[in-house]
Amino acid sequence: MNLTLHVWRQKGPSDAGRFETYQATDISEHMSFLEMLDIVNDKLEAAGKEPVVFEHDCREGICGSCGFMVNGKAHGGQHRTTVCQLHMRSFSDGDELTLEPWRAKAFPVIKDLMVDRSALDRIIQAGGYVSVRTGSPQDANAIAVPKEAADEAFDAAACIGCGACVASCPNAAAMLFTGAKITHLGVLPQGQPERYRRVQAMVYQMDSEDFGYCSNAGECEAYCPKGIRLDVIAHMNGDMFKAQFKTRG
Amino acid sequence: MTTLESKAPTGDIQTAWDRHRFDIKVVNPANKRKYTVIVVGTGLAGASASATLGELGYNVLNFCFQDSPRRAHSIAAQGGINAAKNYQGDGDSVFRLFYDTIKGGDFRSREENVYRLAQVSNNIIDQAVAQGVPFAREYGGHLGNRSFGGALVSRTFYAQGQTGQQLLLGAYQALSRQIHDGKVKIFARTEMLDLVVQDGHARGIMTRNLVTGKLERWAADAVVLATGGYANVFFLSTNAKGCNVTATWRASKRGAVFANPCYTQIHPTCIPVSGGYQSKLTLMSESLRNDGRVWVPKNAKDAWDETKGQVGRRPTEIPEAERDYYLERRYPTFGNLVPRDVASRAAKKTCDDKRGIAFEGRGVYLDFADAIGRLGKAEVGERYGNLFEMYERITGDSPYETPMRIYPAPHYAMGGLWVDYNLQSNVPGLFVIGEANFSDHGANRLGASALMQGLSDGYFVLPYTIGNYLAQVGVRTKSTDADAFKESEGQVTARVDKLLAVKGKRSVDSFHRELGLLMWEHCGMARTREGLTTLLQEIPRVRAEFWENVSVPGSQGEVNQVLERAGRVADFLEFAEVLALDALEREESCGGHFREEHQTAEGEAKRDDEGFSYVAGWEFTGVGKRPNLLKEPLSFRYVKPSQRSYK
Repeated sequence: MNLTLHVWRQKGPSDAGRFETYQATDISEHMSFLEMLDIVNDKLEAAGKEPVVFEHDCREGICGSCGFMVNGKAHGGQHRTTVCQLHMRSFSDGDELTLEPWRAKAFPVIKDLMVDRSALDRIIQAGGYVSVRTGSPQDANAIAVPKEAADEAFDAAACIGCGACVASCPNAAAMLFTGAKITHLGVLPQGQPERYRRVQAMVYQMDSEDFGYCSNAGECEAYCPKGIRLDVIAHMNGDMFKAQFKTRG
Repeated sequence: MTTLESKAPTGDIQTAWDRHRFDIKVVNPANKRKYTVIVVGTGLAGASASATLGELGYNVLNFCFQDSPRRAHSIAAQGGINAAKNYQGDGDSVFRLFYDTIKGGDFRSREENVYRLAQVSNNIIDQAVAQGVPFAREYGGHLGNRSFGGALVSRTFYAQGQTGQQLLLGAYQALSRQIHDGKVKIFARTEMLDLVVQDGHARGIMTRNLVTGKLERWAADAVVLATGGYANVFFLSTNAKGCNVTATWRASKRGAVFANPCYTQIHPTCIPVSGGYQSKLTLMSESLRNDGRVWVPKNAKDAWDETKGQVGRRPTEIPEAERDYYLERRYPTFGNLVPRDVASRAAKKTCDDKRGIAFEGRGVYLDFADAIGRLGKAEVGERYGNLFEMYERITGDSPYETPMRIYPAPHYAMGGLWVDYNLQSNVPGLFVIGEANFSDHGANRLGASALMQGLSDGYFVLPYTIGNYLAQVGVRTKSTDADAFKESEGQVTARVDKLLAVKGKRSVDSFHRELGLLMWEHCGMARTREGLTTLLQEIPRVRAEFWENVSVPGSQGEVNQVLERAGRVADFLEFAEVLALDALEREESCGGHFREEHQTAEGEAKRDDEGFSYVAGWEFTGVGKRPNLLKEPLSFRYVKPSQRSYK
């Protein structure tokens, strides 16, 4: 199949940026979306032109490196699928596609489709962990964890930190991301001692970055490639409320 | 003359690590803050090492080329992590895990290292659980286990098919805590381009900032490489696109010995190639072989028909009597759970016999119909649901309805930089951990052992042994003005400029694909003297053309992904020759290294313990020049080498 791509090109943060049009020709339906872009880039490269910059690494939907908007939808909008796992069989010959970077104030564009997501790392650094020194824990089976809690923690921990939730949100909020880590650790016995301190530290950090606030649009959940549920935001808000009474200072 | 001295403790192996920890020197807690350690890489080994060194009080500078430390390729490990907990009460023990790992590695690893690995395996599970890693649990609240290849006990801990992700996030969180506390400084989007060796000691690195292009010097008291494996030398592999040999290869060019590069693991269960555009291969976890049955049609007419571009008969239409469950037939004891090297070669053999069932006849079935009949669809979904979904997204077929198609693919590098028992290379002050070193797995790694080794090295071994070195050398100046730094910067700059100056007509990937195809054909699952000789002539030819005709658009002082890839491919083109030479000179078959000239009458790997029971270490002498071969003899005091049998 043949497709027409309108791709956002931006030299750097200070460049205004613009769309440029490329043809993707002889594309097989078995290719992944990024393999289709590889072909476009390979031709640009061989011609001595700068290829389109996009992030990717594992191409298995787990590392969270890739991600951009395809026709206004994060990762292309296929249910629970990152753009590296999106395959060309979802498209038809002659389709026109618009590719844009994540658009959020907290994610400044570095170049083309590549953005700076380090704000997400800083939220984790603020408190998204259990403080345990290497070598000090007791036997792993000493704490029994109900299967339901383990499963709930796992579902929240499946977040890959790609930033699609922020890009999809009309307010560019990072509450699905932050809530996922707070829920993951907050439902496990190991996470209890720091539970309320953690939620406050992470939420304060989130607020100090340029993210917006949740207004229950639900777009984050709809476009999350890992199926993180809106419940995690409720969990975070609940813990944040309780934290006022549970922590001092 | 360099010698390879293992420094492994003598005497009783059960107490060796305890005795060693007492014998080595320890840095006073108040003095730790005077030392700086560079850690390159943030996978399981790098993140756990940085976090633990930070906790101990050292100043850590941690580098990764990804945009966040959480994205290192450990994250893609699916199946699980081994530990000798014996929670299932099925007779597991430290000694059994040690024994299985030595045997699984085809008697080509150092016993003392492997014993220590088995000992600390239990601490890893305790550590991960305390961090909140959500391992699978039973209804009683205790941890669940599954089985993996090469073992007769159930000792693998897992978190659905995302065990690597969850363990890495645990280590990343521990690392994030140290970053918050100011003990670790993280430099993301920063690639190491050289090791700086001053007065015979590793004293720093050169990096390139991947956003601004700035080349920078970094000085420290010791350098730790946790930079992963080199399976991308085959271009198509299960590795992430960014995985590369650059850090370890450039350290090798500075004097670090590269050990056993020919020990590459070809993983038996990956999604087969579907066309020439393919950019990578996707692994399907080995855990699937717990319940999936591997088969091919008995008759070639039901297999792949190249002229039609499809199989002769759909798998669901082939009756039971016309299927060949070849692993169960050839290996009744281990069945579908034979080790990876054995399973991969068996798949290749059936496809060579024209009974393959995917593109170009390269694929076999992995069938869950029996498991679904026995356990029900819901239980199978609980165990493998996310893997089935991933398979369906990629291929468009549902494994609930039709058997998966799988084929072996390059996956893991057992070889790597040579290290002693302290995980220190032959260059003092240079430590190498995780997949980047050669230790522990011998010629073949068992499933669920990579995560174990990465975390063992990073949490429980290196943080002790590095203190021994630091205490001996004392606190030194951390200046980057020495001649060694100037020389390194000059060379790195010249190489970058040279890549940009070629201005040829071929893309970087076209060279990488060409190298990969050559490596896969001549140095893949089966190797011959003739093929390897051809390969050793071809690699310099491709390398020469690369430097005459590669196209690297853009400039140095900006984001330039082509320049990044070009540097890595240039290194693969040098390193590949050492890999091929090692494969040629190892005139035996062992583990992942299979030489067709050396096989038993039944087609199994035939070792030559008299001639080759050693670690082959290669010392760089110049690009395209024959490296020096250094040998570390292996002796086996506890597990007597025998021909591996899984029948």
